[in-house]
Amino acid sequence: MVCQRVKNLPPSGIREFFDLVLGMPDVVSLGVGEPDFITPWRVREKAITALEEGYTSYTSNKGLLELREATVEHLKRKYFLHYDPHKEILITVGVSEALDLALRAILEAQDKVIVVAPYYVAYPALIELNGGEVLYLETRFEDKFKIDLEKLDSLLQHSPKAIILNYPSNPTGITYNREDLEELWAQLSKQDIFIISDEIYDELSYEGEHIPFACLEGAKKRVLLLNGFSKGYAMTGFRIGYACGDEEIIEAMTKIHSFSMLCAPIVSQIAACDALKAQEEVSSMRREYKRRREFIVEELNRIGLPTHLPQGAFYCFSSIKKYGLNSLDFAKRLLLEKKVAIVPGKAFGANYDDFIRISYASSWENLKEAVVRIEEFLESI
Amino acid sequence: MEDILEILENNARISLEDLAKLTNRQKKEVQEVVEKYEKEGVIVKYKAVINRERLNEERVTALIEVMVSPQKDVGFDSIAERIYRFSEVKSCYLLSGTYDLLLIVEGKDIHTVASFVAEKLAPLSNVKRTVTHFMLKKYKEDGVILVKEEKDKRLTITY
Repeated sequence: MVCQRVKNLPPSGIREFFDLVLGMPDVVSLGVGEPDFITPWRVREKAITALEEGYTSYTSNKGLLELREATVEHLKRKYFLHYDPHKEILITVGVSEALDLALRAILEAQDKVIVVAPYYVAYPALIELNGGEVLYLETRFEDKFKIDLEKLDSLLQHSPKAIILNYPSNPTGITYNREDLEELWAQLSKQDIFIISDEIYDELSYEGEHIPFACLEGAKKRVLLLNGFSKGYAMTGFRIGYACGDEEIIEAMTKIHSFSMLCAPIVSQIAACDALKAQEEVSSMRREYKRRREFIVEELNRIGLPTHLPQGAFYCFSSIKKYGLNSLDFAKRLLLEKKVAIVPGKAFGANYDDFIRISYASSWENLKEAVVRIEEFLESI
Repeated sequence: MEDILEILENNARISLEDLAKLTNRQKKEVQEVVEKYEKEGVIVKYKAVINRERLNEERVTALIEVMVSPQKDVGFDSIAERIYRFSEVKSCYLLSGTYDLLLIVEGKDIHTVASFVAEKLAPLSNVKRTVTHFMLKKYKEDGVILVKEEKDKRLTITY
């Protein structure tokens, strides 16, 4: 019954491993891809009030005008980015939906899309589901996971329709500074390629200000900016994302969204309006992640897991090369022997089987305990 | 430097080694900063937040509003000092509004607090009036919610 396209989606041992973790009690988990903070109370309180006041209907397909206006205003204030709240923004059910819509809107069968590896798991899957082909732009630990422009150039020879960028990145935590971005844009601007920039971790940048790709000179028309409230505002379960871009792409995405989703949930949208006022809470969470980052990166390197200092998000992508175990075996043994959960690097690209992703969206006490256990495990290998 | 204070405010028992790691500084540097704060009175004291209700211990806390007559030249400072020096007074604040001083007073039972008010506080010559509120339940103290623990509701592993 199930179609071939879905059957073809990469099968992986990762799912079994996830089931193993989920079935095990009392695990110290550094495997979680969402904030450990609960949504700021002012936002939760707003959602409760919305329910009390009877906000239980659909909204406009594009999302509440109030949220679109507030979001556009936020982008203007923070990044000097200007979007029209009526034509150039769509409120979606998380960035995942926005990405799916974008790919559905632009891809013809066999169109190629560049994905920077290691990648967030949804990118290749959604491209393939939408009939596209993935071109992997692999980055290396030795290059601090920055993009190799020569490799990019050779992939551009295949005339890809689009490239998906994600910075700060899940799983590596790296981000691009102005120089990196300008070099990238210099190359991409020469060709007719659409840029989908997933910047969901923008609020969690620890070294200097985040620079949206759309801010680069002349880039805005060619860029679809994807962002949302999940990470920076600790609102994953509210499922509110947004896409900003040229009127044509937003209109096409809205068309699909109006059939498949109708609109994002109204209570979540109302809560999100208030979230933009919670900048104090956002910056307090950022400070806490940053402290944990300093701690965990030093500790991981000390116990023998080479790790670059991530500049954003809340992940470390550590090398396990010297231990001679593939990432799934490493993760399984660490789980069974020491009850510590991490995500095997293989989940983020076939060629990243000698890495593990460590999430520091976990209390400092947990991180400390996990370090002790991982150190014992490494000594026992 | 603010960072160090923020960490200590939340966990005063953290070791200097860990404090150094969290702030990406040398242990010696962190130690110097902390000592400087202590010396300058920025860090006044390290204390634990204790939920005494868990101890089932008889102990009462009262908030007492005190209306006083300010004195020439010294204003409220002198009468405040007369009051805050009592060991029963855990906190003492000068406020704007309908009364002047707010005291937090602790005692082993209601009678101890009542007799402190009747015998020590109310008779002071500059105290015009007192209103005593006994505390019935503590929900939150010093930023810590005391009544229930928040559980991590996330799945233990996600992308």
